[in-house]
Amino acid sequence: MEKLKQFTSSSLFLPIVALAVLLIFNAVFVDGFLHIQLTEDGRLYGRLIDILNRSSSLVILSLGMTFVIATSGIDISVGAVVAISAAVVCTFIGGRGDGIPEHPMVLAMLAAVGAGVVCGIWNGLLVAKFKIQAVVATLILMTAGRGIAQLMTEGQIITVYYKPFSYISGTIPGNILPTTIFIAAAMVLLVVFLMKKTSIGLFVQSVGINPTASRFSGINVTLVIFLVYAFSGLCAGVSGLIESSLIRAADANNAGLNMEMDAILAVALGGTLLSGGKFYIGGSVIGAITIQTLTTTMYALGVSADQLPVVKAIAVIAICLIQSKRCQEIFDKWKARHMQPDNPEEKAVNKA
Amino acid sequence: MKFVNNLIASKYFSFFVTVLLFMILYAVGIMTYKGFMRPQVFFNLFIDNAALIIVTVGVTFTLLIAGIDLSVGAVLALTCMMLAYLMENTGVSPALAVPAVLVVGTAFGAFQGYIITKFDLQPFIITLAGMFFCRGLTAVISRDTISISNPFYVGIASARIGVFGLGFVSVGAVVALLVLIVAAIVLGYTKLGRTIFAIGGNESSASLMGLPVFKTKVLVYTISGFCSALGGIAYSLIMLTGYNLHGLGMEMDAIASSVIGGTLLTGGVAFIPGTLFGVLIQGVILTFITFQGTLSAWWTKIVIGALLCVFIIMQAFITAHKSRLSSKSSLEQTTPKNGPANP
Repeated sequence: MEKLKQFTSSSLFLPIVALAVLLIFNAVFVDGFLHIQLTEDGRLYGRLIDILNRSSSLVILSLGMTFVIATSGIDISVGAVVAISAAVVCTFIGGRGDGIPEHPMVLAMLAAVGAGVVCGIWNGLLVAKFKIQAVVATLILMTAGRGIAQLMTEGQIITVYYKPFSYISGTIPGNILPTTIFIAAAMVLLVVFLMKKTSIGLFVQSVGINPTASRFSGINVTLVIFLVYAFSGLCAGVSGLIESSLIRAADANNAGLNMEMDAILAVALGGTLLSGGKFYIGGSVIGAITIQTLTTTMYALGVSADQLPVVKAIAVIAICLIQSKRCQEIFDKWKARHMQPDNPEEKAVNKA
Repeated sequence: MKFVNNLIASKYFSFFVTVLLFMILYAVGIMTYKGFMRPQVFFNLFIDNAALIIVTVGVTFTLLIAGIDLSVGAVLALTCMMLAYLMENTGVSPALAVPAVLVVGTAFGAFQGYIITKFDLQPFIITLAGMFFCRGLTAVISRDTISISNPFYVGIASARIGVFGLGFVSVGAVVALLVLIVAAIVLGYTKLGRTIFAIGGNESSASLMGLPVFKTKVLVYTISGFCSALGGIAYSLIMLTGYNLHGLGMEMDAIASSVIGGTLLTGGVAFIPGTLFGVLIQGVILTFITFQGTLSAWWTKIVIGALLCVFIIMQAFITAHKSRLSSKSSLEQTTPKNGPANP
């Protein structure tokens, strides 16, 4: 009983419950949802694997976003940076019909991730150095970014016929699982390692709670904020590789569209407060997988891609309301008046 | 030197820079392209940007209280779609459809404002969610383009109002000018306007002064919602369609125009005529691209982004300069007083 109470009050409670509800819903209503089989050429295949595969780019994005939000900032340019990264990698490899790359793929991949980092550095400069509000600073790149991506691809959709390019989002021959899962796992491990072995996590949290106090205690606040945005750019760059490899093309208008919303939603669902401070990497990862499951479920129910934002917008507002202090106060007052001990989360959801 | 200092610290410095930039751009246009001289080119700026002018006025109100409204473009698209759907698929007359969509837009703005103020949430996250909500809702109504063929509405859309025999403007442009005038009067000469400026300057002191902070903040987002819906009507008068992707990225254009026109993103400072020139500068850039003929549309996005960036950084410098000036002048004031007291 004590353990259960500890679990319900922990930050992972909400994302895990949401994921579990979605999985149970799918298992009941979608045929063969839990079915995983081995194909003839030795790959695991099934809906669960598919969800993991598709959620990996979102997992990576939400890693960067978690740090940004923890410093009480926001990065709404990630979707556009994904488009830029996709444009860079496809332009470097080139759209030759005979499948011969114009530049080595490793170089193209490095260039794409590099482009993401450059975008992140730009955001970081504006926010950390020029002290511009994060929303507005990243809004510049959110709109201009797609223009830049279009400029690179000259308004065309570049299709890449080079075979190994599809391995990024598919499977490398001989492997059981899709490559994206390994990439995402590697990124998560890197972040966890940094958190456990260095004090970066503590610095980020401290800056998010009180930048002035952090400065007086000797933390280089400008540098921390700058690095956080640069890292978010790096994550968006890696995500762009996966997104472009998935369709084997660079589509400047649609690559990473609405992904900023998904990433913010994943972080919020993971228990990180949007006002900054304490953050939960594990929560964000589970949050991202939950969002992808939600997307897949909605598609299965026949909701189209352009109608989906309605559901997600309602989810964001609901989570914001649950997290808000004022809402807690109102609920506490209500509870005191009615003297009915109840589960706070449940009531807040109803209210939202 | 003192003159320069005072000029930079002046309330209207951004406005002067914007007007100067506009005149330079226009002069370059006249020198480069023959057709730029015609007065109609100038009137077209108002006709083409009527919707943006109206939306920008709404955004300026939210920026004034140090908030933001990212949902304007999506509300505009939703308004166009609802208008088209009501008139074409259900046969409602424009006299009913237009007030109906205005009410929906205003109510949506009020709802956003209420949530933001009541629960003390960040405006950008709620309005970002609002943006996705409205875009999604537009797609729910129809995923295809609905064109408006109501004869009365088309008649209004193609009406031309002559200006001193030099050219003509559209109904939308007249509405936009009216909105500008009303907004300037409200902000400059009414209790509400003063309260908005006070909240933007410092919310807690406004609250301590006994100003109705809660009511005003909700009202500001309501005004923004109303302006977005009105902008949507002006937009539909130009496009005569309802489509899911109408006004994509317009929130950025509106914020950019407002900032270029001298609105401080930290709240408390805005100048409505400046906002107009902010929009007109974007219009001139678009006209350049049309006249040039070979440049692609995405250049607008990049140029606006760059322009916004320059103006925001300029603002940062002006603010720093002002605080330096004020600290200097307060030093000058205090030293002579202290002098005789300590012989």
